[in-house]
Amino acid sequence: MKRSNAPLFWALFGAGGMLAALIAPALVFITGIAAPTGFILPADAMSYERMLALTRNVFAKIALLAVVSLFMFHGGLRMYHSLHHLGFHTGTGSKVVIFGVALLATICAAWALLAIGF
Amino acid sequence: MTTVKTYVRPMAGWWRKNPFFVWYMIREASAPLFYLYALWLLAGIVALARGPAAYASWWAIAKHPLMIVANLIVLVFAVYHTWSWFSVLPKTTPDLDVAPGTLVTGGIVAAAVACAAVLAFALGATR
Repeated sequence: MKRSNAPLFWALFGAGGMLAALIAPALVFITGIAAPTGFILPADAMSYERMLALTRNVFAKIALLAVVSLFMFHGGLRMYHSLHHLGFHTGTGSKVVIFGVALLATICAAWALLAIGF
Repeated sequence: MTTVKTYVRPMAGWWRKNPFFVWYMIREASAPLFYLYALWLLAGIVALARGPAAYASWWAIAKHPLMIVANLIVLVFAVYHTWSWFSVLPKTTPDLDVAPGTLVTGGIVAAAVACAAVLAFALGATR
C-alpha cells in the first residue's frame, strides 16, 4: 500500500496552528497595528535600521522563517478542506497550488533572510 | 450501466442552518487570513533584503488605512483562533493525561503569557 502523505501535512498544520494560537495576536497587533500607527510603540519601531538589526540575529531569522512557513502550511490545510466544505471539489489541483505557494514562500523567506546577512 | 435517479440531499448552504457550523466556518475563515498575513510578512522580509527603498515602499503600504483595517480583521480572527485552538485541545490530544479543563485553561494562559512576552520584547527593544 502506498504510504499516505497526510501525516506530514497534518503535522505542519498542527505546528502552525499552535504557533499561531500562542503568538499570532501579539504579532499581528505589533506589525499590523501598533507599529504602523505609532500606537503604544514609537513611530520608528519598525524602521529599516531596526528591522535590519533584528533580522541579522540568527534566532530572529529562525523565528520569522517558522512564522511565515508554518502559518501558510497551517492556513493552507484548512483552506484546502474549506474548498470541499463549500462545495468546490477541486482535488489535487488546489492542493498543489495552495501548498506549492507555501513551499515557494518558505524558500523565498529563507533566501531573503540569508541575503540579509549575519 | 443504468443510471438510477435517486434523491440526493442538497448540500448548498449546509453550514448556515446550524449555529455550531456557523462558528466552525468562522474559525475556518482564520485560515486564509493567516495565509495572507504570512505572505504580507514575507513581502516585508524580501523588501528588507532588497534595501531601504524597497522597505520604504512596503512600509508605506503597511501604514495605509486599508492595511490597518485588514490587520485589525486578522487580529480579531487570530484571537478567535487562539480561543478555539485551545478549546478543542482536549479532543485533538486524547493521549495527554491532563484534565480537559486544565488543558484548556493552561493553553489560554500560555498564549496570554507568550503574547505578553512578545509585546514586552517589542516595547523593550524600541524604547
